[in-house]
Amino acid sequence: MSDISVFLKRWGAVLALVLLILFNLAFTPHFATTQTLAINLTQVAVVMVVGVGMTLVIATGGIDLSVGSLMAIAGALSPMIFTGQLFPVPNLYVGIALGIVLPVMVAGMFGYFNGWLITRFSIQPIIATLVLFIAGRGIAQVWTNGDLQVFKVPEFQQIAIGRLLGVPFQVWIMAVIVIAATWTLRKTVFGRQVLAIGGNEAAARLAGVPVARVKTIVYVVSGVCSGIAGLIVIAMNSAADANLIGLGIELDAIAAVAVGGTLLTGGRATILGTLIGALIIQLVRYTLLANGVPDSAALIVKAGLIILAVWLQRQDRA
Amino acid sequence: MTSIATFRGATREFRFPQGLGVVLLLLALVAFGGWRYEGFLGSYNVLSVLRYSSMFALVSLGMCFVIMTGGIDLSVGSVAALGSVVSAMLSPYGLLPGLAGGLLVGAAAGAINGLIITRLKILPFIATLAVMLAASGTALLLAGNQSVSVSYETAFMTLGQGDLLAPLRPEWIDAEDANWFAGPLGLLFGFPTPAWIALAAYVLGAIVMRWRAFGRHVLAVGGGEEAALLMGLPVGRTVFIVYLISGSLAGLAGVILAAQFGAGQPVEGAGWELFAIASVVVGGTLLTGGKGSIVATLAGSLLLGLIYTILNFENGMGWISLSAYWQSVVRGAFLLVVVIVQASFMKNTKS
Repeated sequence: MSDISVFLKRWGAVLALVLLILFNLAFTPHFATTQTLAINLTQVAVVMVVGVGMTLVIATGGIDLSVGSLMAIAGALSPMIFTGQLFPVPNLYVGIALGIVLPVMVAGMFGYFNGWLITRFSIQPIIATLVLFIAGRGIAQVWTNGDLQVFKVPEFQQIAIGRLLGVPFQVWIMAVIVIAATWTLRKTVFGRQVLAIGGNEAAARLAGVPVARVKTIVYVVSGVCSGIAGLIVIAMNSAADANLIGLGIELDAIAAVAVGGTLLTGGRATILGTLIGALIIQLVRYTLLANGVPDSAALIVKAGLIILAVWLQRQDRA
Repeated sequence: MTSIATFRGATREFRFPQGLGVVLLLLALVAFGGWRYEGFLGSYNVLSVLRYSSMFALVSLGMCFVIMTGGIDLSVGSVAALGSVVSAMLSPYGLLPGLAGGLLVGAAAGAINGLIITRLKILPFIATLAVMLAASGTALLLAGNQSVSVSYETAFMTLGQGDLLAPLRPEWIDAEDANWFAGPLGLLFGFPTPAWIALAAYVLGAIVMRWRAFGRHVLAVGGGEEAALLMGLPVGRTVFIVYLISGSLAGLAGVILAAQFGAGQPVEGAGWELFAIASVVVGGTLLTGGKGSIVATLAGSLLLGLIYTILNFENGMGWISLSAYWQSVVRGAFLLVVVIVQASFMKNTKS
C-alpha cells in the first residue's frame, strides 16, 4: 500500500478536523471566540460521554442501541428524587447527591441487564439492546406520564452551567471520562481483555479471558455513561422530557466511533479517535449551520462522512 | 423444506414448522381479545387494525428478506418517510404517479444500500445507518421541514383509505335479515386497499422463497457467504436485490402512509426499523441469517400491532388506565420473552 494511504488511514480524521477548523477560521464569522468553542464543546460532551461507553462495547464486537433510552430513564428519575417526589429527602444537598448517584446506578443496572441477556443467552447485542431501546423510553414515559418536569435547582444545574477555570463543567466531566477510559483501554488487563474478545472471542476464551464477565462490565459501563449523559442533558435544559432526552443519540455515538477509526467488528478501539470523530461530526454540523445550510442537508453530509470514514478504514485490510 | 426447524429430542426426532408458535400465539391473542372485549372481532375493528398494520407488515417483509441473508436494514423508517413525501408531492398528478414516485425513490435508496454493501464492502449495519440519515435529510429538504398535504382531487387517497372491492359490494350483505355468510363476505368486500397490497406482497414473497431459485440463494447466502460463493452462487447480486426489495417495500409503505393520513410526513417512520426487526424476530427468523419464514413474519407484525389494539380495549374496559406509553414497554417485554425462548431453543438444538 502506498505511503499516502497509510498516512491518510492513520491521520485522516485528525487532518479532517484541522481542515474543518482552518475552513471555519477563514470563512465563518465569529468562529475564533470562546463562546463558539464553548457551544461546540458542550454539544460534543453529551455525545462523547455516551461515545466512550459505545467505543468499549464496539471494541468487544458488540453494539448498544439502548443508550438513548437509558439517558431518558436516568434523566426522568433524577428530578423526581431531588425534588423529593419519590421519597422525602432531608435537605437539598442530600437530595442532589441521591439524584445524581441513584439514576446513574439505575442506568448501570439496566446496562447489566443488557450484558446478562447477551452473555447468559448468547443473544446478539443488536437484538438484546433493542429490547431496552423499545421498552426503556416507555418505562421513563410511564413514570413521568410523558409530562415535562421543569425544575429550578441551580445547585444541580451546576453539572451543565457551572464553569471551572472558564471551561463548562460538563466538558470537565467528559475529559475525566475520556482520560479514564483511554487509560483503562491502554494500560489495564481489563482493556487488553476487551480488545482480545473483540479480536477473536473463541481464542480469548481459550486463552482464559473471563469473556462473560468482561462483556457484562462493558455494557454496565455503557449504561453508566448513558446515565451521566442523561443528567447533563436535563441540567442543561433545567427540564426533563422523557420523550426527547437522548433521542437518536445512539446513531451519533456510533457515527463518532466509526469516524474515529474504531474497528466496528471489534478488536481495535481508540477513545481519542471517538473524541475526534465526535468533534468532526459536531463541527461539520456547526459549519453548515453557520453558513446557512439547513440542518436537513447536514444529515446528508453526515451520512457521506460515515461511509467515507468506514471505507477508508477498511482499505488496509484489503 | 426451509420453513421447518428440526428439534432433536432425546429418543426420537420430531419436526414442527418454524413459526407455528407465533401463529398459534396470534390466534390465542385474537381469541383472548374476542372473549374479553365487546366489538373486538367486529368487522370495524378487524378492518381498521388491518388497515393500520399494512404499512408495518410491508416494511417487515423487506426486513425479513434482508435478515435472511444475514444483513440488516436500518434505513426502512426514513426511506418510508421519504417515500411518503415524494408520493404526496406527486399525488396531484394522479394515483399512478404518486404510487410510482414513492416506490421508485424507495428502490433507489435500496439500490444505494445494496451498492455500498456489495461494492464498498461496508457492513450492512453502517451502510444502512448512513442511508437512514441521508434519506431523512432528503425527505426534510424536499418537504421544507413540514408535512406535505396530499391532493384530494385525484384517486391517490384510495391507496390508504379505500377498500379495493367496495364498488362490487352487493347491497344484500348489509340488509337486516342477511344470512350467516354475510359477515365473512362483508369482511372481504370491506378489506382495505393497503391490506390487499400487503397481502399481495406477502404472497409474492412466499412464492419467491419457496419456489424460485432466488429464494434458495437468499438462504444460502445467509447460511454462509463463503460457501455460497464457492458454490458459484451470485452472492453480490442476491444481496443487492434483497436491499432493493427492502427499499422498494419501504417506499411502498411510505405511499400508504401518505395516502392514509393525507400527508407526506418527513419525520414519521422513526423506529419503524426496530418494529420491523422485532416482527421478524418474533416470527422466529434467526438474525444470523440462513433461516426464515415469511408467513411467521406476517404473524409477528400483526401480533405486535395487536398489542396496541388490546391496550386500547383494556383501557376502554375501565378496570385499569394504561397510558399509550405502556405499549412500548409491553412490546419490549414481549420481544424479550421471544428472544429468550428462541435462544433457549437454539441451545437445545446445538447440544
